[in-house]
Amino acid sequence: MATDATHDAAPARISGAAGQSPAPAAGAREGAAVSLRGLSRSFGQVRALDGMSLDIAPGELVALLGPSGCGKTTALRIVAGFEAADAGQVLISGKDVSGIPAARRDMGMVFQSYSLFPNMTALDNVAFGLRMRKVGGERRKQRAAELLELVGLAAQARQHPHQLSGGQQQRVALARALAIEPRVLLLDEPLSALDAQVRVQLREQIRALQQRLGTTTLFVTHDQEEALSMADRVGVMRAGRLEQVAEPPVLYSRPATAFVAEFVGTMNRVPGELAAGGARVTALGATVAAHDGHEAAPGPVDVLVRPEGLSVTAAGDGNAIVTARTFRGAVTRVTVLISGQAEARIDVPSAEAAAMPPGATVQVTLPAAPVLVAPRRAASDAPALA
Amino acid sequence: MAAVTQAPPARPASAPARARRGRLPAWRWAILAVAGIYFLLPLYAALRFAGIKAYGSVFSRTGFTDALWLSVRLAIVTTLITLALMVPTTVYVHLRLPRLRRLLEGITILPIVIPPVVLIVGVLQVAPGSLKATPWLLALEYVILAMPFAYRAIDTGLRALDVKTLTEAAGSLGAGWGATLWRVILPNLRTAMLSATVLIIALVLGEFTMASLDLYETFPVWIVQFDQTDAATSVAASLGALFVTWIVLMLITWAGTRQARRTGGGEVTLFTVARTDTPTGS
Ligand SMILES: Nc1ncnc2c1ncn2[C@@H]1O[C@H](COP(=O)(O)OP(=O)(O)OP(=O)(O)O)[C@@H](O)[C@H]1O
Ligand SMILES: [Mg+2]
Repeated sequence: MATDATHDAAPARISGAAGQSPAPAAGAREGAAVSLRGLSRSFGQVRALDGMSLDIAPGELVALLGPSGCGKTTALRIVAGFEAADAGQVLISGKDVSGIPAARRDMGMVFQSYSLFPNMTALDNVAFGLRMRKVGGERRKQRAAELLELVGLAAQARQHPHQLSGGQQQRVALARALAIEPRVLLLDEPLSALDAQVRVQLREQIRALQQRLGTTTLFVTHDQEEALSMADRVGVMRAGRLEQVAEPPVLYSRPATAFVAEFVGTMNRVPGELAAGGARVTALGATVAAHDGHEAAPGPVDVLVRPEGLSVTAAGDGNAIVTARTFRGAVTRVTVLISGQAEARIDVPSAEAAAMPPGATVQVTLPAAPVLVAPRRAASDAPALA
Repeated sequence: MAAVTQAPPARPASAPARARRGRLPAWRWAILAVAGIYFLLPLYAALRFAGIKAYGSVFSRTGFTDALWLSVRLAIVTTLITLALMVPTTVYVHLRLPRLRRLLEGITILPIVIPPVVLIVGVLQVAPGSLKATPWLLALEYVILAMPFAYRAIDTGLRALDVKTLTEAAGSLGAGWGATLWRVILPNLRTAMLSATVLIIALVLGEFTMASLDLYETFPVWIVQFDQTDAATSVAASLGALFVTWIVLMLITWAGTRQARRTGGGEVTLFTVARTDTPTGS
């Protein structure tokens, strides 16, 4: 596909008034800082948001991750102006936007459901926001064409939405949202209606575009892989609040709460005993340091370890029995039953896993590194993960 | 630069559908034949009864032009008023008061179950005095009669649309209420409004009871008057009216469907708006 220099650069900035001299090609609008301050919103008895606060730096992509019904969409809609908060504020570049209607907030939004205007071609869809901003016909067309090119759909400019695939429709929707040079880009599970392969492609494309344009972006998803792979920071929500906001590696390795630990990635719970003082924990016959900041009292606790954190060796007099084995390429996931009570999933290099068929006795050991500790939980409390 | 030609996208949904239509099972043909005879036989009998000469004489009868012109005006005015009333109301209820949809559906069905006489008395009670001796009074009554059909057509159109998301999308792009309604909602309701129009025109051109009770000589009333004196002409006029109405409705339906195919909006049919593609979301 041939692209010339103009198309490789970020699209020129559009100003409200037509006829101004064209801005330099690289002059995309600086992203704005966004602050959510103590947002609350109830629908009847349901507290959809319960004092949610979040600061997003200019140009940053923050993903909101959480189980269904935790308030992600509500938060996004309040930022967009489609919903009013019962309490709290939304600040864009430091200014409270509460009284400003959605149409004048300058926010680009991509919806979960297909939201293209069925009566317009792809090009007219993208040009719609510019038309509303009274950008003249020629400039508008040119700019819309540029954006379609940017999302790789120049050839589909004259097609109507029903002639486009789901992925193409969402790309047009993205181009349409970006065409108005939004101060903030809001995406509400834009990929969830698409099949897996398209989803991966598209998330890479969205991320690349977002970084190139420097648009501050709030991305809602309940797909943790999507959140971890795209975002600068991920906010994990639960029951209308943010449990933790952190960069993906931090979220994975140092989850602030047991909820985050178990919602992001796979987590094993191994029974242990927390020593007085709460700094050391004994489990699987070893005593190791516990990460501080946990909520557990000394006594029986659960030790939280990732599948790659536990080590396992074939041993006739071991403490666990292999119950299942799943080949995954370089690693094999081995499921074991420890001391006849706790189930754990452990990733083992596939070469080593050959010696661990289901039924084999193995020795499972804790890592030497500090581990996460959580209050002991009955087996019946296991969370239903989204 | 070499021009890149996009192959028109395949429409997998419609191709097999068309193929299927080609080979109807025998029992469907049988039903079609019975229904066809049921409808066509009386028409044929009427055609024979009237004789060729009667058709020529229809146009020269006194009152023909006046009656036809009155009915046409009534059809136009009724359509305009009904759409102007029902489209914004239905859109508003869909967007803001979705819980009232049931209630509105109930209300709009009333004109079908309430006897025409009651409706006439009701309209006379509330209509401004200046309207009382004019045909516009009849138009008001027809608006009420047309409401159930118009509401259903528009409601079906809106259901297929995901109006909420479209409205919000337009809003986030800077469109106010006017622009959203004019540029987004109405163009996508064109099919539904055409369906409503077809129904209203058919209704007005065929309505007899109210017009005759109100003593207006609309086309149907004019025809029936003839029934007593010159049956052949009356039948000829009825058949002519039937044929012309049919042509008009077919033209509207055809034009609407063609337009809708282009934008994927569905098909104009007399009783519902059928989407050709599957609606998503909601
Ligand atoms: N308009 C509304 N009326 C009534 N209840 C609502 C409304 N919008 C949201 N809720 C409720 O508020 C809670 C949060 O909803 P929200 O849509 O924000 O969740 P979410 O995190 O986006 O979930 P999902 O992942 O399923 O989209 C839910 O319990 C939902 O039922
Ligand atoms: Mg949601």
